[in-house]
Amino acid sequence: MTSRITHPDGYVFAKRHCLSISDFNRVEIDTLLELGLHYCAPQAQRCDHLKGALLVNLFFENSTRTQNSFEVAAKRLGADVVNMAVGSSSVAKGETLLDTAATLNAMRPDVLVVRHNASGAPALLSQKVSCSVINAGDGVHEHPTQAFLDALTLKRTLGDISGLRIAICGDILHSRVARSNIILMGLLGAEVRLIGPPTLLPADADRWGAEVFHDMSEGLRGCDVVMMLRLQLERMQGALVPSKREYFHFYGLDRAKLDLASPGALVMHPGPMNRGVEISSDVADDPDISLITKQVETGVAMRMAIIDALYAARQNGEAAHV
Amino acid sequence: MSDLVFRNARLIDPASGYDDMGDLLVQYGKISQFGDVDAPDNVQEIEADGRILSPGLIDMRVVSSETRIDQTGNVAAAGGFTTIVIMPQTGSILDDTSKLDYLLRKGAEGSPINVYGAGALTHGLLGQAMTDIGLMGDAGALFFSNGDNPIANSRLMRRLLSYSSAFNALIASRPLDPDMSAGTCAHESDFSARLGLPGHPPTAERIIAERDIALAELTGGRLLIDMVSSREGAEVLRQAGRRDLEVYASVTINHLSLNELDIGEYRTFAKLDPPLREESDRKALLAAVNDGTIDVIVSSHDPRMAGEKRRPYTEAGAGAIGLETLLGAGLTLVDNEELDLMAMLRALTCNPAELLGLASGKLAEGAPADLVLIDPNAPWVVNPDHMTSRAKNTPFEGRRFIGRADMTVCGGDIVFDRLGA
Repeated sequence: MTSRITHPDGYVFAKRHCLSISDFNRVEIDTLLELGLHYCAPQAQRCDHLKGALLVNLFFENSTRTQNSFEVAAKRLGADVVNMAVGSSSVAKGETLLDTAATLNAMRPDVLVVRHNASGAPALLSQKVSCSVINAGDGVHEHPTQAFLDALTLKRTLGDISGLRIAICGDILHSRVARSNIILMGLLGAEVRLIGPPTLLPADADRWGAEVFHDMSEGLRGCDVVMMLRLQLERMQGALVPSKREYFHFYGLDRAKLDLASPGALVMHPGPMNRGVEISSDVADDPDISLITKQVETGVAMRMAIIDALYAARQNGEAAHV
Repeated sequence: MSDLVFRNARLIDPASGYDDMGDLLVQYGKISQFGDVDAPDNVQEIEADGRILSPGLIDMRVVSSETRIDQTGNVAAAGGFTTIVIMPQTGSILDDTSKLDYLLRKGAEGSPINVYGAGALTHGLLGQAMTDIGLMGDAGALFFSNGDNPIANSRLMRRLLSYSSAFNALIASRPLDPDMSAGTCAHESDFSARLGLPGHPPTAERIIAERDIALAELTGGRLLIDMVSSREGAEVLRQAGRRDLEVYASVTINHLSLNELDIGEYRTFAKLDPPLREESDRKALLAAVNDGTIDVIVSSHDPRMAGEKRRPYTEAGAGAIGLETLLGAGLTLVDNEELDLMAMLRALTCNPAELLGLASGKLAEGAPADLVLIDPNAPWVVNPDHMTSRAKNTPFEGRRFIGRADMTVCGGDIVFDRLGA
């Protein structure tokens, strides 16, 4: 079991939770990505490393794709999966969240996958339960498994992330995907650029180790990868952006803007897409440049790797204490 | 378009400070030579006789509508203006590209001078939802304004300044606290109190001016404080000027020439927004133009139907026409040694041109031949019946002025001529 989570340098992966990209060092990240690469092979996707283990999906925010991706990943590893039905109406205050945690803990799950609209909620849960916690998106903080799957998609497609120029475009202010990707891509040696209107960029975003552009044409110049972010519809009706029409004109990715990036530049989107708002269908559906479907496919393999690694590390830890 | 040569003019270029006697040649709608001019034959000669020849005046604040735009253009030409910017609160509110486009097309067809538009900052000027600032900028909006309505919501103002900074757009803001000034029609003073007119103090101006300057500093936006009216307001700008901010300010000719006493016995033609204030405010505003703290002088031309003004003071409409009186009023202040001629012309030519990104506003070879020939010594009395403007709501009725425009040339065409050349 430990061989899968042992880096060629001999370092054995020992993290219990996956809450934020910054919790991992470079060696751990490489271990996870290697394992993800392993699970990309169809024959590797049928195994029983987690036979008898219980994974609980606890999604306080509606999600189809992420929750299903975790469910498929866990089942392919041989684990049992329970999807807790948490209606958005019962989105918890701190106290209730901890009560839920106590209840869940009593069922002795091995992995808890949490999505919550409050930044930091999975971290709080992780202190109160004895199982591994995976952050599947918390508020506008992080979405680490998405960043890992984006990195794995690029690794599979291009081989090496180091030295790539990656543009992250759109609503960075409200994006947990962007926050995780900025850290991860930076750690992996990519040059990250942030592109968006000033109203959709966090204050002092230039201190995040990424160059900031408000002019998309300028920002896309020389980029190898363009990551588009989803714009929430309620944010474009005059509050932060005047209209869909203006947003698409200046910040929507179409063929003309993409032509300004490096020749052969690839396009990513965490989904779900607003076609005609942040991305044109023409670009999104072009299999030669769009990695969007591949991201979903890679997502299962990457999540298998993360679940497997956390579970194995925990088993190792318990074995060491016996 | 024919070629022209002005002989024996006092050539003033406010942008460079050039002020010398000489000639100026106009060819193909552009200034081709000035100073010592070697004019070809068959060029129309205009004897300037020592009059001032300045770049044509630019008015950044004119209220009109798409249906009256040709008329407004003629009025402006008679006042020495070659470029006017129509405010968004006129006619159908200029809050999308199609309305702006229509206005610009009407202006290009019917007006003898350059007509531009300012886009609305918020839909319907309601101060709630941002308009397509980027698209309207591409469609030709020179700046953005919420008309006469201040933006009450600080969060929205921050977002407007922040969003527009991506396009380097200029955002005009009326410095007036809407709650503090609600229901008022005058400056708060013992004078207005004795007349029984509800007033607001200059503090209402200062609060929003300071807020918006702070937000410009936070966001890196370009801000125009639209129509400063008080000593306190000028002082806020002077302090902002010491920091490295893109903050500019305008003042109306009315607030440089008049004070609250001109309201007299409830003269509604002197009811303005912002209200006329005290003599010390007027003096402070003049000083701020003279030292460059205030960048732009505007007419704030706002034609009102007689019925709107023929009402009790508190109920009458605010606003005054000003395109035809601005230059006379300004030159009279120059004659009284209250206003520096070069500072005044800068605030009417090169400063607005630079703020709006226009090629005009200067005497330079290759610049558009937008010119005004000014007689600084001609005395005249303001008589609304003799004005080109159909609306007659001028607060200067019966005033004696020294100096006026004798000829206006726009793009090489003579668009106004008092000399009969």
